[in-house]
Amino acid sequence: MDKRSDTAHTALTLNGRIVEVAARVGERLSHSLRERLGARDVKVGCNAGDCGACTVLVDGAPVCACLMATQQAAGRCVETLAGLRDSAEGRALHQRFQGHQAAQCGICTPGMVVSAVALLRVVPDPDEDQVMQALGGVLCRCTGYRKIIDAVMGKPAPLHGTGAVGDAIPRVDGAAKVAGTEAFGDDVAPADALVIRVIRCPHPRAAFALGDLDAWRAATPGVVATLSAADVPGLNAFGVIPAFVDQPVFAEHEARFRGEAVAAVVCTADTPLDLSGFPVTFTPLPAVETVEQAMAPGAPLLHDTRAGNVMTGGFVQCGDAAAALARADVVVEGRFTSGFVEHAYIEPEAGFARMVGDRVEIHACTQAPVMDLESMALILGWPKERVRIVPTAVGGGFGSKLDLSVQPYLALAAIKTGRAVRIAYSRGESMQSTTKRHPSDLSVRIGATRDGRLCGMQFDGLFNTGAYASWGPTVANRVPVHASGPYRIADYRASAKGIHTHCPPSGAFRGFGVPQSAIAQESLFDELAERLGLDPLEFRAINALRNGTPTVCGQVFDQGVGIGACFEALRPAWAQARAECTAFNAKHEHVKRGVGIAGGWYGCGNTSLPNPSTIKAGLRADGTLVLHQGAMDIGQGANTVIAQIFAQALGVPVAQVTLIGPDTDLTPDAGKTSASRQTFVTGAAAKLSGEAMRASILKLCNAPEDAVIALGDGGLSVTGAERHHIPLDRMPRDAEGYVIRSCETYDPPTKPLDANGQGHPYAQFGYAAHMALVEVDLALGTVKPIRFVAAHDVGQAINPLLVEGQVQGGIAQGLGMALMEEYLPGRTENLHDYLIPTIGDMPPVDTLIVQEPDAHGPYGAKGLGEHVLIPTAPALLNAICNATGVRLHAVPATPSRLRDAIRDAR
Amino acid sequence: MGHFAPHNLGDALSALASQDGARILAGGTDFFPSLGEAVPPGTIIDISRVAELCGITATAAGWRIGAAVRWSDIAKAPLPPCFDALKAAAGAVGSVQIQNAGTLAGNLCNASPAADGVPPLLALGAEVELAGPLGLRRLALGDFLLGVRKTALGAGELVTAVHVPAQPDGSGSAFCKLGSRRFMVISIVMVAANVWVLDGRIAGARVAVGAASPVARRLPGLEAALIGRPVDDMGGFTQPGHLSGLAPIDDVRGTAGYRLEAVAELCDRAIAGALIHG
Repeated sequence: MDKRSDTAHTALTLNGRIVEVAARVGERLSHSLRERLGARDVKVGCNAGDCGACTVLVDGAPVCACLMATQQAAGRCVETLAGLRDSAEGRALHQRFQGHQAAQCGICTPGMVVSAVALLRVVPDPDEDQVMQALGGVLCRCTGYRKIIDAVMGKPAPLHGTGAVGDAIPRVDGAAKVAGTEAFGDDVAPADALVIRVIRCPHPRAAFALGDLDAWRAATPGVVATLSAADVPGLNAFGVIPAFVDQPVFAEHEARFRGEAVAAVVCTADTPLDLSGFPVTFTPLPAVETVEQAMAPGAPLLHDTRAGNVMTGGFVQCGDAAAALARADVVVEGRFTSGFVEHAYIEPEAGFARMVGDRVEIHACTQAPVMDLESMALILGWPKERVRIVPTAVGGGFGSKLDLSVQPYLALAAIKTGRAVRIAYSRGESMQSTTKRHPSDLSVRIGATRDGRLCGMQFDGLFNTGAYASWGPTVANRVPVHASGPYRIADYRASAKGIHTHCPPSGAFRGFGVPQSAIAQESLFDELAERLGLDPLEFRAINALRNGTPTVCGQVFDQGVGIGACFEALRPAWAQARAECTAFNAKHEHVKRGVGIAGGWYGCGNTSLPNPSTIKAGLRADGTLVLHQGAMDIGQGANTVIAQIFAQALGVPVAQVTLIGPDTDLTPDAGKTSASRQTFVTGAAAKLSGEAMRASILKLCNAPEDAVIALGDGGLSVTGAERHHIPLDRMPRDAEGYVIRSCETYDPPTKPLDANGQGHPYAQFGYAAHMALVEVDLALGTVKPIRFVAAHDVGQAINPLLVEGQVQGGIAQGLGMALMEEYLPGRTENLHDYLIPTIGDMPPVDTLIVQEPDAHGPYGAKGLGEHVLIPTAPALLNAICNATGVRLHAVPATPSRLRDAIRDAR
Repeated sequence: MGHFAPHNLGDALSALASQDGARILAGGTDFFPSLGEAVPPGTIIDISRVAELCGITATAAGWRIGAAVRWSDIAKAPLPPCFDALKAAAGAVGSVQIQNAGTLAGNLCNASPAADGVPPLLALGAEVELAGPLGLRRLALGDFLLGVRKTALGAGELVTAVHVPAQPDGSGSAFCKLGSRRFMVISIVMVAANVWVLDGRIAGARVAVGAASPVARRLPGLEAALIGRPVDDMGGFTQPGHLSGLAPIDDVRGTAGYRLEAVAELCDRAIAGALIHG
């Protein structure tokens, strides 16, 4: 018999080196590689083989390191990205991934590259399907996969320019992502950190009682401390909107959703801890899990002060919708529903914290470092100065990492134990406990006159906001403002309400409720067009907002309205696709093709609220140019965009910019990464900061405004009519070592909304129109997207490759929402029951960049992130209807649901 | 206590006999997901290196697929067309990563109603070979699988191989899997069909359906009805009565009604596929 072992040493070859590791029985290879052998380039996304982030090669074959016992690797050759990146294939892939911006957040990149190396070793020149087959086991939530496919196939990199605004350069922070050296939330803890495990309620609603925690701690080996509500020194509540701070760090007496934290355990790192003996008793209570149940008379209240479980509502009204609908020639109406959607970033929430003097430092993935700091100060009852937030790289966020997750547990445990502590959510607890996209129940009526003009719209939306408010109020406010779509509707009435249920909190998710409302509005637009005998694109173009026409909030933009240009851009593709479908369908009986179109808009930045960003920069005596970049790059590209804008404004190459931050000790507040605001708002601040520094430099030598600034070899020169050398090393240095500095703030101009939602909610909107071509298998109800064409008005593309990356990634999420994604608490709490698109589900995307400059945006730029997701789902649903004649009123359009509808229609 | 990695069957069986509460581990693709974040078992018997469990061999009576044979081994193996459904299933299980680790026998032992390996093996008339304290025994696959997550595996026993009997001449085979996305998807339903032809007519068929009953099962009524049909008479094979043995459920992947409808369609497609490729 081969030797037995419990923690005996296992010898294996890791990246060409023989190593020995003392793994516990049943320990996953991924754990040993990361925690015992230092291979943090192996990422863990699910511990179940569902995401492929931990892919390594074992004897040359890609496997999930989370599905292999370490002892099974004995005597085998294990290769991780770190060992492959210097191979011929690894070097080629590094260059190609950079050249195509195939890494966004970078958390899936090691798994992708390792899988791709295995492919290229066997098939040096793969076709698209071979790439899909080889990479089908690695999930990516950011990129929409197309750039990964291009990179692995070795297509020419679409780079151009040197980094000026408008140049497609590689990400300035891309190399570490592609090399696997980027440090995410679970990659930064020191080796001796204690580990936190959270005890969560297993019921939608339950009363609970904690037993003798101290006795349990004393009796349980490895347990250093326990935490519960009693350990929260300040406010046992957090939230993102001051009037709605309602979510406890630890529930007290009653838990309001499955997965809510009731306590936590702090233990030594290598303790196999069976938490089933933790002293807590749960008593399930009657729960309301749907809006209908929550609004029924006598339903239990989630929060005593919120009658009828109504969290809050939003309302916009202009003209007289009822009268307009009464006089309309055609009126269509419908009720549309959608379920919870999970963000499904591949990086579960993770981080570490430690005490430094009397301050607590929290290193974790986040989209909103300053908001985290403010919330933590309240929870701890400490002045803000005693909290430091050092964001790690973020392995995808999409809205959910705007809220606190691991931060309170980290801080409380670090304070209580005085030691470094770490936590990484399991996939299950990430899915159970963090925010979701709001389920929606929308009743909508829209009218039009015979000439094709819209004539009245009424919209009533109910949103399941879960147990706590999170960003629910924002959804309730945003939806009525946006539910018209980017169209002229003079008579309009829209209301939205957030309803509490015993479900996970619904919060921010790319689009803040607008993707849901766009499904209803854009679906009904197709019905209107059909009733009027108009081409769907034509109908939308007729009604599209233009410069000078008021929005439903009465806001009039005299410039920058680009929706008409988006529809114009789609015309050739639309005509071609329509003809293609007709030809295809004439030849095929069992599969049918259809094409659909949808528009969308999204206001960039906070709704009628202050929303400033500040960007600081400094020039050191040695000529180092430092940009304090506080805008969280969660994969979307803020590090690159902000640097390109700043460099352009200052007048130096972007390669000369050194980035610092984000870090609440080092970077001024650049706001949160949400609401598609970073390119616009922080970009505008970066432009101001670059211009201010340029002005300071030019002033030093009275150079003209068009003078050329050049940094190099520790010096600064300015060339106007004559050339000046500025001796930086002889200039006085400030406390931070800067000889020249700038710090500028930008806050977009908005005006409050009145009781009827009239005002100036946003300084700018971005606009989009998508066309989707699909093929439907009529007998099975399966939908195969064939291609997308996406027109996006971004004002000015700062980096066109980043624009394409956002578009492709957003479309993949819209595709998932339309066709396969629905989170069911207690049922789809993993990535094999909750399905997101794989590389094989994502067809080519043709991105048409429309540039209708915006007066407020830096160099005319507009936000983009959320816009993409808004037209995708309705375009797909309209394409399905075009193919089958069946109009779905609920997403996702699963095969089962679509087939039922096709059968019922016949 | 410990991680045992025996190299021969005798050692594996004696480890199993001597270690209370030992868990068998092979590819790990079901073992670790079901473990989740819980504390692992104290004793693991890793059978992936047991010589007798490795390899696919042709025997006098057919073929023997060792219990440690992985999906990717099956996909690459030089096997006749009657194995096309099994090979297609091997390429449709999870992802490349899963196929490089997971074993066919593990798929059977996991006894999921949606196990992709079961319908192709039912369509091949496969048997499961078990070894234990009382020696070797063989069970028809349909007798080995007793229910959802339930098998006939006895105490101290492990699956050592899958035996596929010799198939009639002219056997073709096809597998149709229905899921909501392209890769890494648990089947909504799937169908495997093995069909053999004599003189232009169907001489015999085995059609098996997964994820539409607690255990995948064959459709004897359909199989009988196929006999004698001319091979160029394509489509319309499956009638509602043929599906009476199925008991699909409503779940997140689809309704029971949808599953039945899809099964009928996939049976027709799989039979047609088997006829084309036979």
